[in-house]
Amino acid sequence: MQRLLAGAGGAAALLLALVLAPLLALAELHPAIAAGTVRIALIMCYSGQFADTATEMDDAIKLYMQQHGDTVAGEKIKLIRKDTGGIAPDAAKRLAQEAIVRDHADILAGWILTPNALAGGDVSKAAKKFMVVMNAATSVIITKSPYMARTSSTTPQLNYTFGQWAVKNGNRKIYTMVSGYGPGIDAETWFQKGVKDAGGQIVGSVRFPVDNPDFSAFIQRAKDVNPQAIYIWVPGGAQPAAVGKALVERGIDINKTKILGQDALASESALKSMGNQALGIITVSNYDYNHQSKLNDAFVKAYNADFHRNPDFFSIGGYDGMHLIYAALKKDGGKTDGASLIAAARGMRWESPRGPMMIDPKTRDVVQTVYIRRVEKVGNELRNVDIDSVPHVKDPGNPMK
Amino acid sequence: MTFASRPSGLGVANVKSAPLEVTSETAAGLHDHLRAQVRWRLAEIAFWLATLLPFVLAPDYLVLASQVAIAALFALSLDLILGFSGIISLGHAAYFGVGAYTAGLLSVWGWGEPLTGLVIAGLAAGLFGYVTSFIVARFRHLALIMITLGIGLLLQQGANSASWLTGGFDGLQGIDTWPILQHFEFDLYGYTAYGYSLIVLFIVFLFARRLVYSPFGLALRGIRENGARMPAIGAPVYAHIRTIYTIGAMIAGIAGALLAQTTETVSLEALGFQRSADVLVMLVIGGTGRLYGGLVGAIVYVVARDRFSGLNPQYWYFWIGLLLIAVVMALPDGILGGLERLARRLRAKP
Repeated sequence: MQRLLAGAGGAAALLLALVLAPLLALAELHPAIAAGTVRIALIMCYSGQFADTATEMDDAIKLYMQQHGDTVAGEKIKLIRKDTGGIAPDAAKRLAQEAIVRDHADILAGWILTPNALAGGDVSKAAKKFMVVMNAATSVIITKSPYMARTSSTTPQLNYTFGQWAVKNGNRKIYTMVSGYGPGIDAETWFQKGVKDAGGQIVGSVRFPVDNPDFSAFIQRAKDVNPQAIYIWVPGGAQPAAVGKALVERGIDINKTKILGQDALASESALKSMGNQALGIITVSNYDYNHQSKLNDAFVKAYNADFHRNPDFFSIGGYDGMHLIYAALKKDGGKTDGASLIAAARGMRWESPRGPMMIDPKTRDVVQTVYIRRVEKVGNELRNVDIDSVPHVKDPGNPMK
Repeated sequence: MTFASRPSGLGVANVKSAPLEVTSETAAGLHDHLRAQVRWRLAEIAFWLATLLPFVLAPDYLVLASQVAIAALFALSLDLILGFSGIISLGHAAYFGVGAYTAGLLSVWGWGEPLTGLVIAGLAAGLFGYVTSFIVARFRHLALIMITLGIGLLLQQGANSASWLTGGFDGLQGIDTWPILQHFEFDLYGYTAYGYSLIVLFIVFLFARRLVYSPFGLALRGIRENGARMPAIGAPVYAHIRTIYTIGAMIAGIAGALLAQTTETVSLEALGFQRSADVLVMLVIGGTGRLYGGLVGAIVYVVARDRFSGLNPQYWYFWIGLLLIAVVMALPDGILGGLERLARRLRAKP
């Protein structure tokens, strides 16, 4: 028996060695550095809890290439996908370095999470490579590399604008409640600033834990001070439904006390899980699949045909990011160095499914229309319907301004 | 620390003076046995020479190699407390994170010198380890898992709340590591990062090797096998556990500081549960209670992760899971345990 077990163990070890040997053979053949190829490294969280956001973005990138071909300015576009697996700036930085030294990437793109994008910025700066941030929304990211542009939105861009809009539309006394971590605190800061700058008043504020399952106590606390509106920031997932439940439980009359929030509070999946409790919630966003325009109709249709779901703001960030790369390559005649590409990208304007887009010639950050939407019943479905928009919004949080 | 106050206790030669009531024949046998363990084997020398190969064979992979070396150092620190002393920990990243944040903060505050930063970070993590060791030493098994898990979670939540200090969710910004000895700059290819990490790993490994073969190391193994009987032969169990736990925390802190300095990033996940779990997986794959277990485990795990995620960025965790199950089922003592059995079998054959 002993011998048999030892034999099995030995055989297994051998087998393992055989399986791992090719994996460990590090000195693999280099991909031939073919002239006429532009390599774009997509550094995103393909696995882990944020995996779905990467899928939405990756699908839109695939769609853009399918619609516009994989050759631009005589150069063939090749994608290299790298998985950071969630928040991991050290891994993101290493993957960006490896993409450049190992895979000879010319452009670093993707970047869904702020900590990862901040780490990637260092590499872009050191290696002088063009970097396109397609989602991460913290203002300061853009300052990390002079070769970086952004095609998503920034937290201040949406929330400062929204704070001002709320006051101008009759909500002078506002209560805020946010998730107590980076993005939530950022949103709180800039929404409150917008409210105060427009002459409104913050009558109270609270931060709840990130994984908070029940909002009843927080909503009650807000109700007690009787504000005209409550601003709520949650990271999506199961939380919007919990918020909706607490609103009903605590008897908030949405016609008397407005409920305000950022896009995740009323995303497609959030509306599905909240049901009719969501009616009347007003949110701010830079993109929604319900936005009415010819371009957007065609985009949503094509996206649905390929991937059987609606695009969201991750998708549009990826789609416009690819457009920026294509347009910049066309403009500079296929030159792939960071300096030429960022020079071409500065001041670039185009019409996107989300509306008019521009890359600020000075800050390299996104300039776009900010939409205010209300949840309404369209046919049998809950949808975000645009009720107002603020055109040509620059990032008020940009420290370079 | 107990062992530091008795420096002679570290010397292997002093085994002779240990008051063992045994016949001269068995004493000599025991002595030979210990001597044989301490001697540098050919395989060990080959292993360390092989760590230089990436410089020549795979210069594009040096950044990965540097993170393998850092993971190996972290796994070695866990091996000292888990493998050699039987202290189960699911929150070892707490010490890694303290080291990483200490080194990062020093740099942000204007002191980016790596070597002193490394020492200070190690001391800070060691201090935190020493404080927590008073709790850790009192418990074993399941309770210990919960307590170490709790320490890790508390620290991570604390770091999130103290975002004025740690940068919170976005991570610490503005880390700038100065060139090592004012000469070796950290480059895009990772030459400096790997060289630096490898040298630190080797030095700490020499220390750990000496430690586990010392009488103190033998006492630790005694505690692991039967903690209740150790006081009967006069071994101060709690003091020993506190000492090794402090040392383990210190080494974990050095590993964290290395990562912070070579990547110039620190974020909350440096303290996270995932990191504690990953290092445990590395150790299990390589083999616990063996000096090279953590090292081999780190190489296999980090390289496999890189290869698998390169093949398929979406679903590569499946292969990692399969690898883990295969190793644990076929090689309960890890890869090194399996290799040892194989070697023994080959030797037994005529």
